[in-house]
Amino acid sequence: MNIIVCIKQVPDTAEIRINPETNTLMREGVPSIINPFDLHAIEAAIQIREQMGGKVTVLTMGPPQAETSLREAISMGADEAVLLSDKAFAGSDTWATSYTLAQAIKKLGADIVFCGKQAIDGDTAQVGPETAEFLGIPHISYIRKIEDVKDNYIRVERLMDEGYDIVESSLPVLLTVVRELNVPRLPSLKGKMAAKKAEIKKMGMADIGADEDSLGLKGSPTQVRNIFAPEVRAERKMIGGTPEEQVDSLIKELKELTCL
Amino acid sequence: MSVVVRPEKCTGCETCLASCPFDAIAMKDGKAIINEYCNACMTCLSVCPEGAIIETEAGTLSVEQRQKLEDYKDVLVFAEQKDGKVVSVSYELLGAGKRLSSELGTKLLAVLLGAGETEARELIKWGADKVIVCSDPSLKVFNDDTYSEMLARIINEHKPSIVLAGATPVGRSFIPRVAAKLRTGLTADCTSLEIDRETKHLLQVRPAFGGNIMATILCPNYRPQMATVRPRVMKKGEYNADRTGEIIHVSLDDIKSRTKVIEFVKEVSEVSVNLHEAEIIVAAGRGIGGEKGYKLLQELAEALGGSVGASRAAVDEGWVPYSHQVGQTGKTVNPKIYIACGISGAVQHLVGMQSSDIIIAINKNPEAPIFNVATYGIVGDLFEIIPLLTRKIREIKGA
Repeated sequence: MNIIVCIKQVPDTAEIRINPETNTLMREGVPSIINPFDLHAIEAAIQIREQMGGKVTVLTMGPPQAETSLREAISMGADEAVLLSDKAFAGSDTWATSYTLAQAIKKLGADIVFCGKQAIDGDTAQVGPETAEFLGIPHISYIRKIEDVKDNYIRVERLMDEGYDIVESSLPVLLTVVRELNVPRLPSLKGKMAAKKAEIKKMGMADIGADEDSLGLKGSPTQVRNIFAPEVRAERKMIGGTPEEQVDSLIKELKELTCL
Repeated sequence: MSVVVRPEKCTGCETCLASCPFDAIAMKDGKAIINEYCNACMTCLSVCPEGAIIETEAGTLSVEQRQKLEDYKDVLVFAEQKDGKVVSVSYELLGAGKRLSSELGTKLLAVLLGAGETEARELIKWGADKVIVCSDPSLKVFNDDTYSEMLARIINEHKPSIVLAGATPVGRSFIPRVAAKLRTGLTADCTSLEIDRETKHLLQVRPAFGGNIMATILCPNYRPQMATVRPRVMKKGEYNADRTGEIIHVSLDDIKSRTKVIEFVKEVSEVSVNLHEAEIIVAAGRGIGGEKGYKLLQELAEALGGSVGASRAAVDEGWVPYSHQVGQTGKTVNPKIYIACGISGAVQHLVGMQSSDIIIAINKNPEAPIFNVATYGIVGDLFEIIPLLTRKIREIKGA
């Protein structure tokens, strides 16, 4: 079983603050991590390999420093790692990212492709399904349990509103996973050693046979026009005084609005 | 458009590094360089004291290409159904879609898969001019392959300029496939949709960067412009029982699916029902400090007859279960009163609750962004304020 896990190196968004004067994000000292959902994808892939044999390859598209995340995935137990990095990929939106990943996956070959359900920086949840479309294979989103895997068959539970679907598919298939699926393992000592020595395979535009017009900013249908901090609510009222006075004023206000 | 650094002008002062929201500027040999993370948001241009960072045009559209874009006119809403009934978010999208189509002076179309004539008529009453229905029974159950192929075909035939869908598990799963098939852009979880007066492009606003900031996204050179919107973000339009419109029936033809849904297992969490229906929500943030703080909030919620919500921070700390999470990665709520306790107010949280009628923010830090969206702000220690508030509410209710 050849399994590819697409991962993304992201800033730990919980650590980001906004500079109130410039309205820009303050990213100094914000650590880069493997997108948390992707850790569950790596774990799922390793479990299937342990059960059925085969190979787990982690794949990421990003700048050279994303290599750190690939090594971390190897320390968890992935067999191989591929870094998709090229100046031509710069500024990719979800369409161009999915196209690029799919081109690489076609070269590498896979029976199952795993992705986290979304990345915590973009939160779009689009790259998984779009990649499946470019690969011409089916996908199932929000996998919370893998019930059965065979050479040409998989049955999973897909998280939905108010419950879950039991879905089956032929292989190859792309699956996006949610947190409930498993508990990602911590790197072992042996894994850490392997990660240090591992050779990271690098692929660029020429290696994946991509159409240049479909890559990066040029290939991206969407553009970021501007970024801004959310607006201040106009009718805001700050309530001062001692805690006792604050509570009394608040209750008075709410009574006037007949909320209490 | 693309951003480049002119090396001859760059002095290596590193001012631009911190300005970049995408971490896309690095230093190499004493000069700034733009790396793969660049989204061309242009923030760094104004920051550079030397004017060394500039924007380059990546080519403009030919007359023919421009003409092709103009073939796309209407606004199309994907109307999701469950068990044959149209779900609420679809009516909200018709509300938003109607506004956009009136502004553009075009028609509002709806696509309904797996339901019948009665539901199609409902869509017309909620504002659709034309409903394209495929009532094939195999579409009653959601399936990525059949839904995406069907919608892509309908879009190719009717050529709408804008396509809207709900950011539900269904929409979020198959709409990206449609965008990939059509070679066009898709913007997830939009919180605002407007038409640019000058260019007539769709301005799509969504939280970016883990919801720390908002971004306006454009899809200027491809059609349709596709967007998803979460439930309870847009307002429903006007219902008119006398409204008439056209219903077009289409068949499934030879579309096959490679995946198969064996069964749906219902599993409703009480918490999520309560949060969606609650008139009052008391929500916990990192400032509650632990389970002791959480207990205080539960008491307040109980006194008010409300439910307890939480920010991602409080959930990540393990103090509150995930089912209570409000925000971009949790639930979207709009109660009458939302009491945010010890919540700093990252955009990620705000997008899930800012349509609440009244927002009360209690926080130690007067600079906390939660105060920007608050109706009433109280700067203070929640461990003092909350018990007091609970006591007084109990007194009022008891009286």
